[in-house]
Amino acid sequence: MATGTEAAHGPTPGEYIAHHLTHFNGTGGKQAALVDFSLVNYDTLFWAVAMGVLGCFVLWLAARKATSGVPGRFQAAVELLVEMVGDQAKGLIHSPESRKFVAPLALTVFVWVFLMNAMDFIPVDLIPRLWEMIYGGMGHDPHHAYQRVVATADINATLGMSITVLLICLFYNVKIKGAGGWAHELVSAPFGTSKNPILAVVLGLVNFAMQIIEFAAKTISHGMRLFGNMFAGELIFMLIALMGAAWTGYNAPSILLFLGHFVAGMAWTLFHILVVVLQAFIFMMLTLVYVGQAHESH
Amino acid sequence: MEQVHGLVALACGLIIGLGAIGACIGIALMGGKYLEASARQPELMNALQVKMFLLAGLIDAAFIIGTGIALWFATSTFLA
Repeated sequence: MATGTEAAHGPTPGEYIAHHLTHFNGTGGKQAALVDFSLVNYDTLFWAVAMGVLGCFVLWLAARKATSGVPGRFQAAVELLVEMVGDQAKGLIHSPESRKFVAPLALTVFVWVFLMNAMDFIPVDLIPRLWEMIYGGMGHDPHHAYQRVVATADINATLGMSITVLLICLFYNVKIKGAGGWAHELVSAPFGTSKNPILAVVLGLVNFAMQIIEFAAKTISHGMRLFGNMFAGELIFMLIALMGAAWTGYNAPSILLFLGHFVAGMAWTLFHILVVVLQAFIFMMLTLVYVGQAHESH
Repeated sequence: MEQVHGLVALACGLIIGLGAIGACIGIALMGGKYLEASARQPELMNALQVKMFLLAGLIDAAFIIGTGIALWFATSTFLA
């Protein structure tokens, strides 16, 4: 967790948190504009890809050694996971044709989001501190070495994933209902249509607006929910680390704060295990629910 | 500056407090219903438990997001 080395000319708590909340985006500082498509958060990109590769590797390892005989513990665990996702997919998506693609997608989403969330369990200062040494060693200013390891605590990553889910939903809408059928649904659900042409146009506009609002709300809440939970969790880990960072020597307040750091950090980590798994599960379930909705015609 | 501090403190209390009220009532209602349902049909307990945890995550999400934002306001105001 927090190291005591900041004590000499350490950052203030506000600076410490701000430093830990800045992405490594190549500009050596915070993103200035709220929306700036010319920047890439390299840390998010790196950790997301690394976790994806790790997840694929672990599942590949299980698949490579899989036997039809008595499975080992590792294979049994992976089988449990695959079956759990498969069961959920069966309950929510009734077309076996679509399930061939969507069930593996859901498994990938679950494993990937879980691994990205689980980066929260690594002590908050460990990887940023290592990165500071590497960045300093490469001849840059170590005070501007920013690194955030929880990819899902970056709204760009979570909204990117939820927009991908939206695109998959649009694809299945067109595939299952046909372009004409879907266009008809866009203007006739949820309020229906009318025989009177003027009323039909009015209802069509209202229906279309409702559909757009529904798609936007689904996508934004899908991404924001994961981001919000992970960001809040990461922030609370940093606040807990501040207690240990207040170390000034072997005196009573420092020792009490250190104990507080230890106890609070452990309690939050234990609670966070639940949050990490739940949020990965919810993200997967909502992916399945949304794709399932794309299959239903009104 | 004192006034800003006071207002931020009040705002953080309201964000966390009101969020906690909502999340607690939600979790309590759902937990109660879950116990009722599994007392009536114990064979459904496992299937319901999965759904209960899913909903617990959905109910908790807004509250945890609010807590995170409130803590961020508080730290950036009082510790800066």
